[in-house]
Amino acid sequence: MSEIVNVDVKLGVNKFHVDEGHPHVILKDNPDMNEYRKLVNACPAGLYKLEDDSSIRFDSAGCLECGTCKFLCGETILEKWEYPRGTFGIEYRYG
Amino acid sequence: MSEESFDAIIVGAGLAGCVAAYVLAKEGADVLVIERGNFAGSKNMTGGRLYAHSLEKIIPGFAKEAPIERKVTKEKVTFLTDDTGVTLDYHNGREQNSTQESYTLLRGDFDQWLMGKAEEVGAQFITGIRVEEILTQDGKVIGVKADGDELTAKSVILAEGVNPILGEQLGMVKRVKGDVMAVGAKELIELPQEVIQDRFNVSKDEGCAWLFAGSPANGLMGGGFIYTNKNSVSLGIVCGLHDIGSSSKTVPQMLEDFKNHAMIKPLIEGGKLLEYSGHVVPEAGINMVPKLVDDGVLIAGDAAGFCLNLGYTVRGMDLAIASGEAAAKAVLAAREKNDFSAEGLSSYQTLLEDSFIMKDLKLYKDLPAFMETPRIFNQYPKMVADIMQSMFTVDGTPSQPIRKTLMKHCKEVGYMNLIKDGIKGVTSI
Ligand SMILES: Cc1cc2nc3c(=O)[nH]c(=O)nc-3n(C[C@H](O)[C@H](O)[C@H](O)COP(=O)(O)OP(=O)(O)OC[C@H]3O[C@@H](n4cnc5c(N)ncnc54)[C@H](O)[C@@H]3O)c2cc1C
Ligand code: SF4
Repeated sequence: MSEIVNVDVKLGVNKFHVDEGHPHVILKDNPDMNEYRKLVNACPAGLYKLEDDSSIRFDSAGCLECGTCKFLCGETILEKWEYPRGTFGIEYRYG
Repeated sequence: MSEESFDAIIVGAGLAGCVAAYVLAKEGADVLVIERGNFAGSKNMTGGRLYAHSLEKIIPGFAKEAPIERKVTKEKVTFLTDDTGVTLDYHNGREQNSTQESYTLLRGDFDQWLMGKAEEVGAQFITGIRVEEILTQDGKVIGVKADGDELTAKSVILAEGVNPILGEQLGMVKRVKGDVMAVGAKELIELPQEVIQDRFNVSKDEGCAWLFAGSPANGLMGGGFIYTNKNSVSLGIVCGLHDIGSSSKTVPQMLEDFKNHAMIKPLIEGGKLLEYSGHVVPEAGINMVPKLVDDGVLIAGDAAGFCLNLGYTVRGMDLAIASGEAAAKAVLAAREKNDFSAEGLSSYQTLLEDSFIMKDLKLYKDLPAFMETPRIFNQYPKMVADIMQSMFTVDGTPSQPIRKTLMKHCKEVGYMNLIKDGIKGVTSI
């Protein structure tokens, strides 16, 4: 089997302008775990994390603004999904 | 409220928005493009292959000046299982006219160039502004609101991409379920030019488009791709979301395993990661096309669902370009009559119906449902690999007639399934 991927290293190569204190994606409190697991699998940035003690951890810094979580679970477990304010967020240099 | 009133405000400087701006400004219309990123293309990603035809009609010979990467002359399709790969390899050395060419490109460069063309002919462009709201008056769109400022326009073109928040706000776009979407993840990997030429067997300006069906998406609908650029390769996967909850792998892991596949690894050995990107891909085809025109407003590009996901490959850029052009032409026609109502803008619908966009979307209308047949993405690649293995393995056991070998492997998938999928497949394309 191949190695476990480390997405954070990949995100580290990207250019982000993080809007400190203004998260653009917010998770509801106590989200439904079935829905959450979908996002653990689907988020290309691996931002929906499941810790070893099966607690959850999500941080929208590092978001690629791809829209996946909004489409999959927008109504169910996301409190808010919007684009970052102008100039902030991911800046693709190549795309 | 601002005094100025534009003929059109365009939201989004992707391909649809830039082209709409270019076509409008060229005819002397007053147009403003608003982009939330810091430059055109800064929020955009794609797999990387542009079919030239639609832009060629708008800017003939564009490839001579635009920052394209390579002209695609080599096509490969590989059926991949975890440990095998069967490849069809096609080299196209025939003369093609410029509308038949296709190119690999990177959106950061390309979109900036295209927006530059629009500015050259007079379009105004502001960056770093997120449009928050579409302004309406008596049910008619009259402008946009951004950063607390209100800007009015006779028409608004929404070219906001696959996640059409503003189109939803207006009630024109119905939020589709996640299960008719796919997600794409891509790495841009730097490699020296000569290395790319050697490994992909291409000459200096020529490039390779390589698609992978089977294991990249872990048996879910989707596949992998590699496009060669000048000094880099774009390597990624696209994975349908409808079964993602039960997948045994995450999307980033799928991409990692694809990269580490014995067939892929030597191709990118020694390469350096330049960028990691992700984006949703609309997948429902014509079934998700929203209301396209209303009083004072039109929707173009991905925001309008104009994207063909054929499972192993995605095609949306040539559609975004052609729909941006059609939207611009409709606004020009409305300007002529000074009627920006839904009626006045209705030539958009006709232009689209008469173009390849609606025709192709209709042609492939049953494809999304067909693609949900999981056999296509797991059993068939395995079947092809098994057939190859039987053909190429000689170990001293008595050989079987080829027909018998073929039948044996087909039986594993089930004759009925093969026939059913065959018929469904043929009728959906
Ligand atoms: C992994 C992957 C591979 C693909 N491969 C190919 C391929 O090889 N060939 C192909 O033809 N197509 C491919 N596609 C599809 C193609 O990328 C899209 O169809 C195309 O980019 C759509 O262009 P667009 O102009 O409609 O939208 P976009 O390029 O997404 O542009 C939308 C713009 O709107 C801006 N915006 C959005 N909201 C706001 C707002 N509120 N205020 C201000 N600005 C805003 C965004 O920042 C962005 O610049 C691929 C897609 C993916 C995800
Ligand atoms: S938008 Fe995409 S990258 Fe951002 S959190 Fe959602 S799934 Fe992850």
